[in-house]
Amino acid sequence: MIGEEEMNSTGKTFLTDYLLHLADDALILGHRNSEWCGHGPILEQDIALTNISLDLIGQARSLYQYAANILNESHPARNVSEDTLAYLRDNREFKNCLLVEMPNGDWAHTILRQFFFSTYQFFLYEKLVGSVNDTIAAISAKAIKEVTYHLRWSGEWVIRLGDGTDESKERLLKAFDMLWPFTGELFHMVEYEIVAADLGIGADLNLLRSKWDEKLKIVFQEAGILSIIENKIKPGSNWMQSGGKIGKHSEHLGFILAELQFMQRAYPNSEW
Amino acid sequence: MRNQVDISSAEISEILEEVMDPEIPVLSVNDLGIVRDISVKDKAVQVTITPTYMGCPAMDMIAATIKMTLLSHGFTDVSIRQVLSPAWTTDWISEKGKQKLLEYGIAPPNSKPQFCNTEFFTANEAVQCPHCSSWNTKRISEFGATACKALYQCADCKEPFDYFKCH
Repeated sequence: MIGEEEMNSTGKTFLTDYLLHLADDALILGHRNSEWCGHGPILEQDIALTNISLDLIGQARSLYQYAANILNESHPARNVSEDTLAYLRDNREFKNCLLVEMPNGDWAHTILRQFFFSTYQFFLYEKLVGSVNDTIAAISAKAIKEVTYHLRWSGEWVIRLGDGTDESKERLLKAFDMLWPFTGELFHMVEYEIVAADLGIGADLNLLRSKWDEKLKIVFQEAGILSIIENKIKPGSNWMQSGGKIGKHSEHLGFILAELQFMQRAYPNSEW
Repeated sequence: MRNQVDISSAEISEILEEVMDPEIPVLSVNDLGIVRDISVKDKAVQVTITPTYMGCPAMDMIAATIKMTLLSHGFTDVSIRQVLSPAWTTDWISEKGKQKLLEYGIAPPNSKPQFCNTEFFTANEAVQCPHCSSWNTKRISEFGATACKALYQCADCKEPFDYFKCH
């Protein structure tokens, strides 16, 4: 497989770091959404969100499995698996962006977080379908079909909330103010992403940014809130948080991991 | 143990007719189009399957059932391989499979998806009610009881039903 052979041992670290980053984003958002299970506003939307969780966790599994294979090739004794990667890594080893670990808040908050992320993920996978790494290309081709539904569903909800009642609009705007500072990190490339992009394995995020901006504007316009937030979404008009991709997380991730990893930490090697 | 010298993949395929999707027990893995390859070398049988959705929880069970079924037919060296590429599509559900879905009360996927894109609030895909055959139906939710289905309701007979959504 091109991409894998070309790399020396340092290169492998970039590839596994990149895979873990993609997988962690999917796992943590999948976990966040799963917290809604049984709490959705109506049954159909509760099911929609847990379906999206399932898709995201499925993506994470494929990426972790691939990362585990590579890690085991270089250090067979470590016996890494998708489960050890999800359940036995610590806070600082997770490479997800900060956006996905933000608490669920209210429905508007959850919806907007999903919309920001799904739009990003859609354009990312669209690019990764053409990755020189066959496994990443295959995972992306599979995932983009699912993400298309996530993008449509979350986008329609943003429009509904913005164009709904005074209260739904107010809540959406509040969610926007809370979440917007975490969107910059999506496109802020860290070292393993730059190397992956240079090798044709990953995506150059700078090229995705304008597509992402454009989609957002269409939806915010439809939602009737574009004029209100127009100044805030101008590039450079906001302080952007970052750090998650290199393991510097908000306090929220620790709480997520405490719940996500409890069983394996308390009862090591327990099986379902 | 049976003599497996002259086993053909067609024979294996026939046996796989017994393996049903646990979520939609009228569809065999063949009908669903998830069996991508069957290879028989010496006495070793390898079945290659692909998931419908990445997080499909039925996948591990399907793999285990295929293995058990082949074992019960006397094959002792059976392995299951999972592949992601090329990505599964509803086009791979057989015509027989679509008919079985309909009889089971699930509207089969329309042949080539017109609406699998990112446009918002597009007109609902026209889906025929599996109960009364009316086209006067509406989508209640993009996501249904399993990842592969959407929830619809018929405006004529009023029955809600699952639609195996295009993918």
